[in-house]
Amino acid sequence: MARVVVDVMLKPEILDPQGKAVHGALPRLGFDGVADVRQGKRFELEVEGEVTEERLAEIHRIAETLLSNPVIEDFVVSTGSTTRAGSTTRAGSTTRAGSTTRAGSTTRAGSTGAGTTDAGSTTPEVP
Amino acid sequence: MRIGVVTFPGSLDDVDACRAVTFAGAEPVALWHGDEDLRGVDAVVLPGGFSYGDYLRCGAISRFSPVMSAVVEVAREGMPVLGICNGFQILCESHLLPGALIRNDHRKFVCRDQRLRIENTRTAWTNRYDEGSEVSMVLKNGEGGYVADEPTLDMLEGEGRVVARYVGENPNGSLRAIAGITNERGNVVGLMPHPEHAIEDLCGPGTDGLAFFTSAIEALTDV
Repeated sequence: MARVVVDVMLKPEILDPQGKAVHGALPRLGFDGVADVRQGKRFELEVEGEVTEERLAEIHRIAETLLSNPVIEDFVVSTGSTTRAGSTTRAGSTTRAGSTTRAGSTTRAGSTGAGTTDAGSTTPEVP
Repeated sequence: MRIGVVTFPGSLDDVDACRAVTFAGAEPVALWHGDEDLRGVDAVVLPGGFSYGDYLRCGAISRFSPVMSAVVEVAREGMPVLGICNGFQILCESHLLPGALIRNDHRKFVCRDQRLRIENTRTAWTNRYDEGSEVSMVLKNGEGGYVADEPTLDMLEGEGRVVARYVGENPNGSLRAIAGITNERGNVVGLMPHPEHAIEDLCGPGTDGLAFFTSAIEALTDV
């Protein structure tokens, strides 16, 4: 069994009321300095056998057919090694948390503390 | 005249929609999400509610139910299809209509009588309205914000495919205050407010919604 992760985010231009609600709650909790919050979805697919190119292509289709709505969302498929961007023209400003690229190996956020602080150290290649 | 009303797991307004069909003078036919058989209906209503619990995205799972493969097929052939609220979301997810519906910008569920302007009276579901007429019906949704990219919005406006627009304060952040749209052919209409709740004076804000259903009968009679 291997794990393939699909991260789905609203496109940058689409309003994210949930992210705004989370962002609005931060100062009330005493957390300052967060300029914005966007909320997305993470799917962990346990795949039988090897993760082949064909299998990845199929998961790509799963992601664009069911897991995301391409009208409003972008997605990124990632395994331990490779990262494939789906229909993205990701603005340079959006840095994906490092946890996505390392998904195959371990990381459940929480066990390693705030699993986002090391973003940037493992920036996924977006072809 | 037989108008089918689909029940998905989590549909809420299927019974009201059937009742509206009866009030309008047609025969309502209950359709089940798990059946591919449309039972020989002449038109289809996808009712409001929370099909499949709104899991994943509103309408995303319903889109792949057996009944929807059949509905998509007949819709492409020209059969009148009306999606109300959750039904509108399903039509967008099915790509029968462009754009998508996202969470209300103010993040609260809205439930109120809403003024609308009917802007396109050439569709299978609005031909009994006067163009530009203002009507009132119930609006109740958590994810009713209509979004599409600018070229799509311009296309919808340019081709007169905005069927209904909110009048007064925008209730959910819908771009250009869009409450309902139609496809190119005018047989598929998606609408966020609920005409089936506005068919009699006893309950609801009046009878302004009934003409959606009588329009379908008119459209089918003309054929």
